[in-house]
Amino acid sequence: MQGSVGYNLGFAAAVCLACAVVVSSAAVALADRQDRNALLDKQKNVLLALGLAEDGESLDEAAVAERFAPIDLVVISLATGEVDPAVDASTYDQRAASIAPDTSEPATENDARVLRVPHHALVYELRDDAGALDGVVLPVEGLGLWGTLYGFVALEGDLRTVRGLTFYEHKETPGLGGEVDNPGWKALWPGRLAFDDSLAPTVSVVKGVAGSVTEAPYEVDGLSGATITSRGVTNLVRYWLGGDGFGPYLDRLRGEA
Amino acid sequence: MSKSRDALIDPLFNNNPIALQVLGICSALAVTTKMDTALVMSVAVVFVLLFSNLFVSLLRHQIPTNIRIIVQLTIIASLVIVVDQVLKAYLFEISKQLSVFVGLIITNCIIMGRAEAYAMQNPPSMSVIDGIGNGLGYAVILAGTALIRELFGSGALLDVQVFALASEGGWYIPNGLMVLSPGAFFIIGFFIWAIRVWKPDQVEQD
Repeated sequence: MQGSVGYNLGFAAAVCLACAVVVSSAAVALADRQDRNALLDKQKNVLLALGLAEDGESLDEAAVAERFAPIDLVVISLATGEVDPAVDASTYDQRAASIAPDTSEPATENDARVLRVPHHALVYELRDDAGALDGVVLPVEGLGLWGTLYGFVALEGDLRTVRGLTFYEHKETPGLGGEVDNPGWKALWPGRLAFDDSLAPTVSVVKGVAGSVTEAPYEVDGLSGATITSRGVTNLVRYWLGGDGFGPYLDRLRGEA
Repeated sequence: MSKSRDALIDPLFNNNPIALQVLGICSALAVTTKMDTALVMSVAVVFVLLFSNLFVSLLRHQIPTNIRIIVQLTIIASLVIVVDQVLKAYLFEISKQLSVFVGLIITNCIIMGRAEAYAMQNPPSMSVIDGIGNGLGYAVILAGTALIRELFGSGALLDVQVFALASEGGWYIPNGLMVLSPGAFFIIGFFIWAIRVWKPDQVEQD
């Protein structure tokens, strides 16, 4: 019996079935907790981009909610930049909407290799007590070396200066492209100018050392050993700040000021 | 009972999977910049090693010889996915820092090595003890390396500042080599040296 082809196939099938049951039950049983963690991590990254939290700071749900108090979640139409009250901002899942055919459309060809753009985007507006815009956080995504980087770009109230940049999910190589998570590198972003004088998205990650904010206002140091990730970051930031991304929305905010 | 004692204690220093067999080096370099990641990684490896040895040993008379490696790998991979899922649910921050290295436990040679070399020939109880022993052998080196790297690389232990850093007005200037992977190579090299001075029979003959 043992050693026959039938026995081998049967044994392999039984092992696969048993393992599949174990793996899938673990995944299903823990899904709720994992989703909560992922959401909390995403919110923490919004705070990080705004400089309202520090890297490595451990925040529980209550602390995150407290710091979120002055932040408005707003769903906008990407094409017009106008607020769309028909979509509930507290439950809007932009990543799911980017895939679904009836809530997204194919993107025009772009360097960030974004394939589909959602009709609506969830942005975070930080306003002071008087209601004036203090900062805005925009969700960004684009292709790196191994996969899509998902993160946030925060702009100052002038809508030109970068306030922060974070990625909450990526598949880049640890130690190389994975250094997009390095607090030292992320600290190079605040103060750089995202747009030039004619308001075209200009900021880029360069090869080597860019210098201080005053020396190189439009450039950020490259990540050594991670040319493709660095280029990907440049492309995705420029794409989402440009006309196909949040351009109409940013224009509307500039008009308000 | 001395046989089971040997199975548990031997891998710590006499037959350490990292220091003597030089297996599992990749993750030992990657996750030892801080104690907390090293300890979580160690627990994960002990868990996977314990249960992979148990299941492989339970099935050792049934596993067909010509597909045994792939069967072992299926069992190991399933256990690793479960560990990864649990970490994502309960220790999200640490699981993000460990990133791919939890998934890479699948390819950690220590685990397949023990399944193939030990669990396929020995009864479940002994295999479990062997799994724990080898896991602890891995953990000892990881914890030792992480202790030195975190202490001298960041002046801290388990995120508690031990040496006051010069950048914050203290006296200690962190050693940059310690936080980079080559630092771990040196430390593990020194461990191997120290163990071989202590136990000269581990020295290979030319």
